[in-house]
Amino acid sequence: MKTLVIYLMADPETPELARAAVDGGADVVEIGFPFSDPLADGPVIRRAGERALARGMRTRECLEVLARTRRLVPETPLIPMTYSSLLEAYGWDRFAADVESAGATSMIVADLPAGERPEVRRVQLVAPTSTDERIAYAGEQTDGWLYLVALTGTTGARGDLSPALGGLVERARRLVAAPLYAGFGISTPEHARAAAELADGVVVGSRAVQMADEGPVALREYVASLRGALDIL
Amino acid sequence: MSTTPAAPGRFGRYGGAYVPETLVPALDELTSAADEALSDPEFRDELRGWLQDYGGRPTPLTQANRLTRHHGGAGIWLKREDLLHTGAHKLNNALGQALLARRMGKTRIIAETGAGQHGVATATVCARFGFECVVYMGEEDMRRQKPNVERMGLLGAEVRSVDFGTKTLKEATSEAIRDWITNVETTHYLIGSCVGPAPYPELVAELQSVIGREAREQLLAAEGRLPEAVVACVGGGSNAIGIFHGFLDDEDVRLVGVEAAGAASLGSGRAGVLHGARSSILADADGQIADAHSISAGLDYPGVGPEHAYLRDIGRADYRGATDDEALTAFRDLARTEGIIPALEPAHALARARELDAELILVCLSGRGDKDLAEVLAQS
Repeated sequence: MKTLVIYLMADPETPELARAAVDGGADVVEIGFPFSDPLADGPVIRRAGERALARGMRTRECLEVLARTRRLVPETPLIPMTYSSLLEAYGWDRFAADVESAGATSMIVADLPAGERPEVRRVQLVAPTSTDERIAYAGEQTDGWLYLVALTGTTGARGDLSPALGGLVERARRLVAAPLYAGFGISTPEHARAAAELADGVVVGSRAVQMADEGPVALREYVASLRGALDIL
Repeated sequence: MSTTPAAPGRFGRYGGAYVPETLVPALDELTSAADEALSDPEFRDELRGWLQDYGGRPTPLTQANRLTRHHGGAGIWLKREDLLHTGAHKLNNALGQALLARRMGKTRIIAETGAGQHGVATATVCARFGFECVVYMGEEDMRRQKPNVERMGLLGAEVRSVDFGTKTLKEATSEAIRDWITNVETTHYLIGSCVGPAPYPELVAELQSVIGREAREQLLAAEGRLPEAVVACVGGGSNAIGIFHGFLDDEDVRLVGVEAAGAASLGSGRAGVLHGARSSILADADGQIADAHSISAGLDYPGVGPEHAYLRDIGRADYRGATDDEALTAFRDLARTEGIIPALEPAHALARARELDAELILVCLSGRGDKDLAEVLAQS
């Protein structure tokens, strides 16, 4: 059984959207806490973040959304994904404590590579450019599963699944015991199936954010199409 | 007092490399390449040769007698980085990093630019060394620094307009970093200031420290003594860190950085993370980056190099603000009294230097003002 991770930007509607994603077959939900300067994100998530900020989604509001989501999907792992600046401003320890008490299972900090602030427990990321040494280190440090950035680039849909993923999975399998979930550039059921043939799970972000704009029904159907592609395996 | 950072890439509580994992190996590669090159006498000689025969170093030190009389106060000397090829100190860094990029086997160079001076310096070295060149620039800055956009085009660079967010240097820097994440294997990111993830702040400071070394020798030769104060404008802070480095160990020399009043990352910022480093930044209580405002595109940036935040905290340098109007007055005064049209950025330094209670003041005239004529004339 392959794991399906769906990313949603924190907005007032997020709890209902997360419920729809889980109903469609999502196993894990990431919740983006928006940042004004998201270096790792392409245009879709950047714009979703700008819009969320314009709607007043600051750290406290995001924590409330997280807590409400936790109540609507009590069994699903929830993972806030954000940038260092928010933790720096809120207090690193306090942020970790408050996301946990709001129901987070772990977190992802997109601009905090393994080695910076090792005391902050989080899902670590590795990329096709990572050396074997860094993959092994991130694997030791990671919390639960390792996020494989499938391509050299920012988040966003691509025409084809990245050819770099195969080599990255092969290296990570040798070096890391934790489950490997691949993300970045995965947007269609075909991508999801191809990526899941290699990895233990897939992460879908930008396209899920676009589908969420169309409402819970559209999102649930989209997630179900991804789930169907994975369940054939 | 020690001004040595505690660990490589760290300046006290500041610095570090807060970047997506994709870039970590490239930063490691750059760190070793820079360490190796800068301790290689042949590389040093080659860089010195380019700075002299292509750049025009050493730049002169000019005594500003008529400006001094006009103020009736402090005796001002100007370090003339405006006379360096391309019209600003930016070339010191661009030449050094281009030689490094060549040594690392990169074929493509990207850069961000605010005022356009760093973009022009980058386009220039790319033309000379045969690199493909892409420069990211905010739409608002392209409007107010049009001559530099045209110069970059003539030099064969592609200028990519950044039309979202603040449409200024902050967004241009974010887009350059996103390009680097995407093309890191072929591309060197030629960052223009002493900002960004380690090793950039140290590397850029090292490449710009030629300003301070020269100025110190020149002033000793001319006056037989050190200045009482060294004054430079601070956006990201590369000309300031370059001239300060010549005087860090001279404890009696005051170091004064001048920020734009509407972009005072050091004067009114808080500790935060922007563009890969922990420094003093303009941000709200939630860590969202705030907009900066300055008439000078080169100072219109909500962050600053981490070494400046450190020098502020340990009390080695102090940082003040100058308003748009004060900079414009200083700009006109220098033109009328000395026949030198400065860039708006160092006009901020001149605005504060005139009031210092000191007999001998060294000001870094970091660039020339041709690019600013339209903006200044529109304010008249």
